[in-house]
Order: sequence, then structure tokens, then C-alpha cells
Amino acid sequence: MATPLPAAVPAENGRRRPRRRRSWAGWRFVGPFLAIFALVFLAPVAYSIYLSLFRTRLVGGTTFVGPDNYEQVLRDPQFWSAVVRVTLFLAVQVPVMLLIALLVALAVDSGRLYGRNFFRIAVFLPYAVPAVVATLMWGFMYGTQFGLVGNVNEAFGITLPDPLSPELVLASIGNIVTWEFIGYNMLIFYSALRVVPTSLYESAEIDGAGQLRVITSIKLPALRGALLIATIFSIIGSFQLFNEPSILQSIAPNAITTDFTPNLYAYSLSFSGQRFDYSATVAIVMGLITMVVAYVVQLRGMRERG
Amino acid sequence: MIRQRRRSAFTALAGVLALVLAACGSGGSGSGAQEQQFSDQDVQAALDAGGTLTVWAWEPTLKQVVDGFQRKHPRVKVELVNVGTGDDQYTALQNAIAAGSGVPDVAQLEYYALPQFALAKSVTDLRTLGADEYRDTFTPGPWASVHAGEGVFALPMDSGPMALYYNQEIFQKHGIAVPTTWDEYVAAARALHAADPAVYITNDIGNAGMATSMIWQAGGKPYGVDGTNVTIDFSDEGTQRYTAMWQQLISEKLLAPVDSWTDQWYQGLAEGSVATLVTGAWMPANLQSGVAAGAGKWRVAPMPQWKAGERAGAENGGSGLSIPAASEKKPLAHAFVEYATTGEGVQLRVDGGAFPATTEQLSSPEFLNAEFPYFGGQKANEIFAEEARNVLDGWTYLPFQVYANSVFNDTAGKAYVSDTTLSDGLRAWQDSSIEYGEQQGFTVGP
Repeated sequence: MATPLPAAVPAENGRRRPRRRRSWAGWRFVGPFLAIFALVFLAPVAYSIYLSLFRTRLVGGTTFVGPDNYEQVLRDPQFWSAVVRVTLFLAVQVPVMLLIALLVALAVDSGRLYGRNFFRIAVFLPYAVPAVVATLMWGFMYGTQFGLVGNVNEAFGITLPDPLSPELVLASIGNIVTWEFIGYNMLIFYSALRVVPTSLYESAEIDGAGQLRVITSIKLPALRGALLIATIFSIIGSFQLFNEPSILQSIAPNAITTDFTPNLYAYSLSFSGQRFDYSATVAIVMGLITMVVAYVVQLRGMRERG
Repeated sequence: MIRQRRRSAFTALAGVLALVLAACGSGGSGSGAQEQQFSDQDVQAALDAGGTLTVWAWEPTLKQVVDGFQRKHPRVKVELVNVGTGDDQYTALQNAIAAGSGVPDVAQLEYYALPQFALAKSVTDLRTLGADEYRDTFTPGPWASVHAGEGVFALPMDSGPMALYYNQEIFQKHGIAVPTTWDEYVAAARALHAADPAVYITNDIGNAGMATSMIWQAGGKPYGVDGTNVTIDFSDEGTQRYTAMWQQLISEKLLAPVDSWTDQWYQGLAEGSVATLVTGAWMPANLQSGVAAGAGKWRVAPMPQWKAGERAGAENGGSGLSIPAASEKKPLAHAFVEYATTGEGVQLRVDGGAFPATTEQLSSPEFLNAEFPYFGGQKANEIFAEEARNVLDGWTYLPFQVYANSVFNDTAGKAYVSDTTLSDGLRAWQDSSIEYGEQQGFTVGP
């Protein structure tokens, strides 16, 4: 950026007051935002960090422990098993979900789909269903006693594997999340496809490119940015997995433990265990892990793009 | 009286309380609230002055009590708030106490949760309000349950001596005798399920309150509390009796995999796929309201015994009314608690279907001879009153039982869904409880 010449002129004249006034004018514009930002964003984070430096016990009261809680988190097998679980979830569920969303977006965009608008709405609709309602609904279907799985077993005299057993419950949650978020991701991809200039398609046609070539040479490169955004959102969403396991816990308490995901662990520590300090520490460490992973993915994505 | 997780406690936190009170005594200023004494005149003056009283409770018959209290003391307005059942209320209460605002004047606490609040000095020692005079008003079990050491931290509202509720129609249909011992219970479970694969003896997917009550009746004493020294040991004889018996039901898949208080559970109780319930004497009101279709089919029997001819009982659930230490209207709150637990309120609650904790009501012929149309005209209260006398002495809950129960399914629950045995599961629960206790500053040993 070039130095703004007019700004330099009054300074040379020795008239500094207008300049100072102008610098305050900037703060007045930013001020309201900064005040709210500090109140709703910085203050809770600062308070969490403050909490994480203390330890409150039923016997002995509250003491300042410095980094002890952080040391404990880093050595906490419950925390790490929860992190491994959401990482596994991330590694399997996110690619599946994004791939399906991508195929749906390409199908809708191809213009060859009959009833395109209906299809688009139908795929997006699950995203409009609140996660709590969706999970309750799926939980009912998963039931082997009175749910859909139970009915199927009864009707056909078979025994389907129990979707709420400890071995399968993570996959069952993945299914719910995929169902919920395909439409949302489809919409991101679809909107990215809509901004591709039609002239590109026209020239591809003139060059004699087939549909597959159009997809690989025009559509997928155009989607790269959207794909990166969707991936980062999904990483954050996976690491913050809470609603679905929390609600399914009431019908499968033995399969979904109180430390099933890092967020659920922090919640249980805080609300059942009254360990606000340690809970805050878990939340901060998990927040840092999420930030680092999301940042690494973004850096990689940008580099590939450039 | 829908209580998701009803458990009860006999508490013996003598040392802890002694420490707490000693600390208050020597602390001087700042501990005044704990030490302050109120006289009857103070209470009367507060009633005359009037005011608004906030009560947090989920017990349904308290509504009639509030109406009665307000009629008697027109200047007092009582706001009865249901902030959730059991753990939900404890969470809200702990948060309000930690925040120092929005704390109610009276709160319902189950016996198993009381020691935790007493230890944290969150509730008032009611001896400062003259609670000692009620020693003989209540039956011994609930009276012991509201103690933490020397202190009295709530007045008992109800109690839950356990009994066997069974669907007579199902038992008659399959020609199976109602079990009187646990061996017969297991045999009946097999026979019922063999006769009709849709029928289970009972439902259980792992419930801390149920497990501890069963161990209690089997004579087990896994918990020991002496001041801040706590012992947790699930390897004693009583616990083994329970795990050996219950493991058979789990391994042979004789338990309906349905959690209590869910829609499926009510459905199962109504249609007869859950044939018995072993639970507290507060259950009839729930059956009447939640399982209307079962009217006339269900009956009550004494709890099955470990040895034929024995008379051992245990408690499940039961709660008292306590006054949070942060309440600014203690004389008024005390007047309400007294009314609800020892005064006219008790009869109002009994009429509403509650199972009382007062000797007077429990021994009155009117109460004992009441016929329950739901149980085919059976005089169920006679059985409950007998079971109340059979409750075994010496049971103690942990001073952090609320947390311990919250991780029961993480540990012992594994026995219901994997190859882990129930006794291994209980050992894992023991380890998890010990770890938490040590983190909280207790001296914990197995």
C-alpha cells in the first residue's frame, strides 16, 4: 500500500491536533465492537484461565496450584481416550459426509436432476431439524426393544446388531451427524459451484470436454476453497461433539460414558463432579488442540491452493 | 413422586462435622450464620411479619402443603419451584450456592445427597433452630439419614423402605409362585422368561441407587466414613452375595434392558413385560399416575430375603427438606419445614399418597388399614411399615455420593454390555470413587 499523501501534509505544517482527533475517531468506531468482544469473548476465556490455576476441594477449600491442572490433563487417560475417540470420528465421519455432500452438490448443479428444487430442499431439511430432536428421533429408531431396529428384528425374526452397543455407538452417532450435516455442506458446495462463470462451461463445450472432464477441470478446482472451509468447520464440529452423545447417553448409559468426548467430559466434571477448575482446564486444552489442528489444515489448504 | 434416581442414606459423618463446627467456632466473625440461634419468638415474629419464601422441590404432594401453610399464615407467600428432579436440582442448587445469588430458602434433598451439602456447609444445621426436639417424631431410619455427624441438616419428609411390587396377573397366568427369597427370584425370572420370552422379571441396565440398596439389604457395608477418612471396599461378603445373584440375571439376559422412568419402562409395566419391581415405599403414587393400566393387577409383598425366614430390609430413596445456609429467611423457612414434615402438612401429604417418615402417621390404624384400590384392595401400608422396621442398621453413603453415582454406568455399567463381570465392574467403580475422593482431599482407602 502506498503512503497516503494528504495525511502527511498537515503534519509538515505542524498542525498535529486534527491528526490526533482522527486517531480517536477510529477508536469510536471500533469501540462498541471491542467492548462487546471483550465482554462476551475475552472475559469468559480469561475467567476460564483464571479458574484453571486453582483447585477447589471438598476438604481443604480452594488453593492456587499454578500449572498443576494442566500437567494433570496431559497425563489424564480419560481425557486422551476421549480425544482419540473424536479423532477417530473425525477421520471416518468427515470424509464420508463431505464426499456425499459433494456428490449431491454436483448432482444438483448438473442440471440433469429431475425435481432439482425439491431434491435440494429435501437434502437440506435435516439441517433445519434441531440436533436434539434429530438425536431423539434416531435414538428411537436405534432401539432394539421398542424402536425401529426392534420392530425389524421382530418382523423378520432376525437379530440386527445393536446400534447402541459400546462397539457400534460411535458409528451410530456418526450416522446421525452425517444425516444432519450433509445438507449444510451441500449448500456450501452448491453455492461455490453457482459462481463459476458460465463462459467456462461454454468454452469447455467448444473444446469438446465431456461431463467428467468438466467436473475435474472446472468444478473441483472451483470447489477447493469451499472444501477447505467445510473441512475446517467439520474438524471443529467433531472435536466439539456433545449434543448427540449427551442425549443418547440417557438411553445407552453403559455405552456412552461420562468421558465419551472431551466436551462431555468437561461437562460431567463441572456439573456432576463440581470440579470447575479442572473442567476449565480440559476445555482450554481441547480448545488449543482444535485451534492447532484447524490452523494446520488451513495452512496446508492454502499452500495447495497457491 | 417421580424421582429419577432415588436413593437414601444413613449418614455418619461425625468427625467431619466436628471439624466443621470447630472451624466455625474458632473462626469467629463470618461464621455467625451457622451459629446463630433462633427462638420460637423469632419464628412467630417472622410469621407475623410475613414475606415471600422460595421452596425448591419436586415432590408433588408439597403443593397441598403450600396451600395449607398459606391458609394458616396468610401473610406468608410460598413460591414452590420445581427446578428438576434429583441431580438436576442438586446441580442448580450447587450453582446458585457457588454464585451466591438465587439460593432458595428451602430445598428438597435426598438422603444420599445430604452429606455432600452438609460437608460443604451449604445447608443449615437445624439444631440452631431447635430440631433436636424432633428426635422421637421420626422413625429411626430417616432420622439417622438427616444426620451428618452431630448435626441435623434436614427434617425427613419421606422414606423408602423397599418392598417387592409384582404383577399378580402375570404370575398367575404362568402358574409361578411369588418369590420370597432371592434364589426363588432368580428361578422365577427363568421360568417367566421361558414361559413368555417377552416377559422379564424386572428391568435393570445398571443403576447405582438400586445396586447400593441391594448391597445394603445383603448386609454389605462397602462404605465407611469417619471424619475425612473414607473407606470404599466392594469385596465384602454382602456385596458378593448380591453380585453372585444378580450376575445370573445379567448373564442369562433375564433383565429387561430398559432404564427406569423412561416411556418404555412405563409401557413395560403396563403391558406386563416387566413383572416385578424391587423399590421404595414411595412407588404406589407413581404406579397410580404412570401405570394406570396396571390398576388391580399389581400387588405388594415383602422384599425377597437372602435366607428363608430372615427379615432384612433396606432403604431406596427418601428425602428431607433442608434450609440452605445462604437463606436470609431462616426463621420463616423453618416454620415451613416444620409444618411440612411434622405438622398438619404430614397428613396432607399422606392423603396425597406419600409415604411419611413420622412415627405418629406410620403407626396410626387409619394409615395402616388404608386399602389400595390399585393393589386390589390390599393393605399395602402394613407391609411397608413392617419393612421400615426391618431396615438394617449401619449403612453409610459417601460424602461425595452424587458424583460417585454419576460414574456408576462408566464402570459397573460395563457388566451389562460386555464380558466384564458385575464384581469387576464394582471394583472399577471403587477405583473411580477412590480417585475422586483423594482429589477432593479425603483420605481414602479400600
